[in-house]
Amino acid sequence: MTPSDYVLRDLEVPPPVIDVPDDYLHADQSLWSWFVTTDHKRIGILYLVSITGFFILGSIAAGLVRLSLVVPDGEIFTNDVYNRLFTLHGVIMVWFFLVPSIPNTLGNFLLPLMIGAKDLAFPRLNLLSWYIFMGASLFTVFVMVWGGVDTGWTFYTPLSTQYSNGWVLAAVFGVIMVGFSSILTGLNFVVTTHKLRAPGMTWFRLPLFVWGNYATSLILVLATPVLTIAMILLFVERAFGLAIFDPDHGGDPVLFQHLFWFYSHPVVYVMVLPGMGVMSELVTAFAYKKIFGYKFIAFSSLGIAAIGFFVWGHHMFYNGESPYAGLTFSLMSFIVAVPSAIKVYNWAATIYKGEIRLDTPMLYAMGWIGLFVIGGVTGLMLASTALDGHVHDTYFVVAHFHYIMVGATVVAFLGGIHFWWPKITGRMYSEPWGRVSALLMFIGFNMTFLPQYVLGYLGMPRRYHVYPPAFQPLNVLSSAGAVVLAAAYIFPMVYLIYSLWYGERAGPNPWEAKGLEWTVPSPPPKHNFETIPTVDFEPYDYPNVIPEA
Amino acid sequence: MHFLPHYPAQLWPPAASAMAGEIDTIFAVWCVVLFMLVAPVFVFMAYCAVKYRAGRPADREHREARNIRIEMTWMIVPFLITLVFFFWAGTIYLQENNPPPNAMEITALGRQWMWKFQHPGGQAEINDLHVPVGVPIRVNIESQDVVHSLYIPALRLQEEAVPGRTTELWFKADRTGAYNLYCSELCGADHALMAGTLYVMSASGYQNWLKQAGATQTLAAAGKQLFDSYGCSGCHTPNSTVRAPSLAGLYGQVVPLQDGTTVVATDAYIRDSILEPKKQVVAGFKPVMPSFAGTIPDEDMQKIVAYVESLGGSQQTP
Repeated sequence: MTPSDYVLRDLEVPPPVIDVPDDYLHADQSLWSWFVTTDHKRIGILYLVSITGFFILGSIAAGLVRLSLVVPDGEIFTNDVYNRLFTLHGVIMVWFFLVPSIPNTLGNFLLPLMIGAKDLAFPRLNLLSWYIFMGASLFTVFVMVWGGVDTGWTFYTPLSTQYSNGWVLAAVFGVIMVGFSSILTGLNFVVTTHKLRAPGMTWFRLPLFVWGNYATSLILVLATPVLTIAMILLFVERAFGLAIFDPDHGGDPVLFQHLFWFYSHPVVYVMVLPGMGVMSELVTAFAYKKIFGYKFIAFSSLGIAAIGFFVWGHHMFYNGESPYAGLTFSLMSFIVAVPSAIKVYNWAATIYKGEIRLDTPMLYAMGWIGLFVIGGVTGLMLASTALDGHVHDTYFVVAHFHYIMVGATVVAFLGGIHFWWPKITGRMYSEPWGRVSALLMFIGFNMTFLPQYVLGYLGMPRRYHVYPPAFQPLNVLSSAGAVVLAAAYIFPMVYLIYSLWYGERAGPNPWEAKGLEWTVPSPPPKHNFETIPTVDFEPYDYPNVIPEA
Repeated sequence: MHFLPHYPAQLWPPAASAMAGEIDTIFAVWCVVLFMLVAPVFVFMAYCAVKYRAGRPADREHREARNIRIEMTWMIVPFLITLVFFFWAGTIYLQENNPPPNAMEITALGRQWMWKFQHPGGQAEINDLHVPVGVPIRVNIESQDVVHSLYIPALRLQEEAVPGRTTELWFKADRTGAYNLYCSELCGADHALMAGTLYVMSASGYQNWLKQAGATQTLAAAGKQLFDSYGCSGCHTPNSTVRAPSLAGLYGQVVPLQDGTTVVATDAYIRDSILEPKKQVVAGFKPVMPSFAGTIPDEDMQKIVAYVESLGGSQQTP
């Protein structure tokens, strides 16, 4: 079967009904059908809608934080309100947006399509995962907005166990619960990737997005339980006074830091690996050329996932950690950068001699490389022990991880959404608006976070709502950048929704991209493939020689 | 709040020690290397985006999808370049963790939301810290409640104050002046107000300050009184009936333990032995000492440790 067999929606003469597979959006349009769906594509959309809501809420909190920092004397919000705002921002963005962002939306939607399967291995578990996610996240958001938590997303003890008067127990409960959603989704993806690949879809024929998604899932399954344990221990200490981290009863607060970062560092790779997977797809599609160094990129995902488990101590160079432990963690952090560097160089090599189209997804992709490289190298600066002694817990760290979490994850998420939007909805968005938004994103992001590197090196500690007046100009610049960034978020929300009704019909493969998901109609039929395809081609088999134009 | 400086904008932080200057050098060289690693990628991508734009005629022959040699090169070479910074920064990190034995000692106690510093002569101050220039100073840091972090940007240095532990940082300031000091670890509502000023003074200026700051007794003398009042002296004196290890000349010595290992008698060890005496029992002694966890406040503890230290050891001739 060729792709053109399926361009049925575009034909002027309606084809015989018997041949038209119902697409997944129109198969059953009742609201109820969405809440009981086990279709991975619909669950992906459920996630997309819900995490977008949380993203908006988290962004509003960030906007208020930036508003407060326009003035140095902290007059806009009280100390308590400010602390609750950045905690709300951190908790929502990390657990209710970034962790599920790409895997649970694009991953859910694309994984079966990319490997030639009709659904995930456990469709009902997939739906359960969404319900757990929604229950946990709505509960936590309610707790944090209504009651407020002021410990930061890091929940360091004994602040969280003995001294905070916020609704810590409830928030911790929510975080524990949402972890189960992560574990279920991760498990589902791992099993699906192992067992449901179409005939001929060998491991080295998998799209690199699937490799990234697979590595991510391994981390979710292995690291999340540690967070669960740490949070349960925190919970019982605060609720029942069971001394675990309390030094007055033989506990140790540093133990909490170890447990917390043993999860929370690998989870950074949960945020960035799927983004890298998206990048591999975008770069090769818009260079219209086979990706350079497929195996290096594939294995570098696994490398990052594995080594990422041995770097957590670099968050603790200056808490009395043994200097030899510190040096070991420092070295491991330098090593974990190697696979990331491989990917970046390979993408650059991919566009060499390609046939490059600078459509919106490609603009996001090129911006991504710029932001990720800056975020990555400043991460190496932070891994340089003595240098960390100066910039640890300052705005330098804040800038660094926003370059990774926003610059890499959110940009890849937006790039991916634009790239697969025609597949998901069957409609094209407005290309000019898309390009403007991608550009705005790049400008607004750098305007917001570049000044924060300078602020950090000047010595502005993070989580300060009162700061030296000498730091005001840079803070104002950063807040102004946040306004531009907000526009870059709002535009896509508007024109993407607009395109649902008024966008051009996309056809199965508007980008002329390779990959199984582009061989089915847009939107895909309910069960993806009428017959399970047999894969007898290599990944990214773009023509090797381009005829002269 | 009296934050420094009083001029309206700043682009580079002041440096008050040689080590701070060295860290600045690392940072500056890092920035150059960052530029060297990043700029070629950006320029190359921009070049390709223009030259190989779809529809433009260009030489697209000899396209490769793999090249082990190139890939190994860009895997290994940048790694080795960056490794320079691992060693360079690591060297300074080890120095930071190895205070000179003759350093003057100051105790810092963090609590919500202030720093309390105590000088060897017993002078105490809140949030501000006065130190003499050109003298190595070791700050023994403890926390009374939550995790704090003593951060002095002008020294490019910070160290967490962890409840239940003694941590330390040391520095030798070589430029007099006033510099900000902060708490950099979120510690609750007024985290942002837990800040003060480090005054690096000339030797004579420091002496004058010590005099006007006044103190009825030295830290060690105060510790001696507490040593008696908590009943420590009942056992830890040479003519006591209970057999307990002598503390004279203990500080800085290698202590053999019951389980065959050894430990160096540092501030942290002395403190741990008071709080959890059964954890590291000295070889040849019975674990009979009761725990003082929860009975001795952190401030008293710092004084007692100062007293035990004053009993001499390898670092000071008794």
